[in-house]
Amino acid sequence: MATQQQALTFPRRRVPSLPLVGAFRNWSIGKTLATPAIVYAIIVTQLPFIITVWYSLLRWNLLRPDNIQFAGLDNYLFVATTDPIFPFALLNTVLLTTGSVLVALVFGLLFAELVNHRYPGRGIVRTMFITPFLIMPVVGALTWKNMMLNPVFGVVDYLMQLAKLPAIDWLAQFPLFAITGIVVWRWAPFMMLILLAGMQSLSDEIREAARMDGVSAIQEFRYIVLPHLNRFIQLGALLGSVYIVQEFDSIYMTTQGGPGSASTNLPFLIYQIAFAKKDVGESSALGVMVVILTIIATQYLLRVLSKLTEGD
Amino acid sequence: MAVRALGRGAAAAPGIEQAPIGIAIAGWLFALLGFFPVLYLVATSLKTEAAAVVLPPTFIPLPGLNLAPTEMPPFTFSPTFEQYQTILERGFGPYFARSILAVGGSTILVMILAVPCAYTLAFRMIEGWRDTLFFFISTKFLPPVGIIVPVYIIMRDLQLLDNMLALLIMYTAMNLPIAIWMLRSFFEEIPRDVLQAAQVDGADVWTTMLRVILPMVTPGLTATIFIAMIFAWNEFFFAVSLTATKAATVPIFMVGFVTSEGLFWAKLAAAGTMAMLPVVIAGWGAQRQLVRGLSLGAVK
Repeated sequence: MATQQQALTFPRRRVPSLPLVGAFRNWSIGKTLATPAIVYAIIVTQLPFIITVWYSLLRWNLLRPDNIQFAGLDNYLFVATTDPIFPFALLNTVLLTTGSVLVALVFGLLFAELVNHRYPGRGIVRTMFITPFLIMPVVGALTWKNMMLNPVFGVVDYLMQLAKLPAIDWLAQFPLFAITGIVVWRWAPFMMLILLAGMQSLSDEIREAARMDGVSAIQEFRYIVLPHLNRFIQLGALLGSVYIVQEFDSIYMTTQGGPGSASTNLPFLIYQIAFAKKDVGESSALGVMVVILTIIATQYLLRVLSKLTEGD
Repeated sequence: MAVRALGRGAAAAPGIEQAPIGIAIAGWLFALLGFFPVLYLVATSLKTEAAAVVLPPTFIPLPGLNLAPTEMPPFTFSPTFEQYQTILERGFGPYFARSILAVGGSTILVMILAVPCAYTLAFRMIEGWRDTLFFFISTKFLPPVGIIVPVYIIMRDLQLLDNMLALLIMYTAMNLPIAIWMLRSFFEEIPRDVLQAAQVDGADVWTTMLRVILPMVTPGLTATIFIAMIFAWNEFFFAVSLTATKAATVPIFMVGFVTSEGLFWAKLAAAGTMAMLPVVIAGWGAQRQLVRGLSLGAVK
């Protein structure tokens, strides 16, 4: 009975009469199970990207919907040579991403080391550490913008006032720095989780043996923990970069890219060109450029991930 | 070799014996510092607008005192729920309901698509399983800004702008690769013998998957569902690009507080607290599996 059911529910035997060769000749249950997800991902992500590439070659503004012309590489040329904001957006993207990733890694390493010891309330400490990553990013950004960084009523400026420092309107005077701070607040817990997993995969015996040999805490950290964490640091840095390159929420909610374009990054610029300027061609060209940048960055990430999945 | 942690969570984690007191103090100090904005947000949501801007900052609710905000004992305020009432009266409910719909719907769809696919990939049921895995991860690394223009135009042409369905479709695509990678890592922990035993007993693939394997990875399924829900609940870019009013979700409700420069911090905080709470609680619950989801199953 079981075999009959097997034959009914999934034709492991070759489909005999389909004219389509190749793929269907060797159709298997595995393909039946995997195909829906693959097809879905292709239709919703890959296809639109191909259309983006096509749009990037057009002169097309949604405000003049009847006037669509083929423009060749004009949009790319415009972005690269004429667009006044693009160079700043590119620079801001690089600064925000590298700055946030590096600082978040340092704090993540510190937090992970602090949570990797036994003391009363360690579970609560850990829970508090991860919370900023769970907070809805738009809510986190609004909290920082108003309650923490407001130059008159904000907590940060209150503390600065106590320290007799001059009041600073962080988001107006140092917008990119302030946004980096918000992004670090959100991503340090992410780094902590990854590095903590790394630390916990380092056996206690090694650390204890080192301590028996009279190694100082700093030496132990420098020569035993850090080298072991190498892979985890790479993974955290790369995953963090891929996500932070796409940062949009905190900029939208705090500075809207301003003042001027001081805190505009590429995703926010694309959003503005697509939805305010309604320029399909230019925003698509920028989108393609961001994707190419991401592909270059992720080649490395894929290699790291590949190493991690090897031999499973 | 897979990177694998010895411990699975806070309680079981090994950690080093007997932390020096300095470590404990530093741990608590940094944790409280990082947590303070969250605490302050929740505290502010319980204040009147006048109390919300009192300095030095107040964050300890002290009921029963009938004093002006500035006359309260240091760091305390008298709590009120009036802001929550105001926010609910301003129509927060429908946004919340739509968020639940988009998140719930997309998560169900993600699991329907991801479970069979991850199963196939974990048990090497198709050739090129490795390429397929990396195909999925590459879709995750495609920045949303790389597809938003055609997605917007296609949704417009399909009359799906400002429609829940548009978000549901995009959130499913967004979470699918994470779910597949994560589920795969759970499936791979199951000994192959179990599969063989099921087959010897005459179970077909569906029975093996649904009746034998899935019950064995229940914690993994739950964790994957949690991760998918967290990401979808917090998503903003597609929501702000593809919806306006009829399909707007909770993050869009928060946009209302960007421009109203007038200091309505208590109301902002009440809305923000309601917006973040479901995911924060879910995340606390899924703590032990969080790192696995975030690292796409690479770190366990």
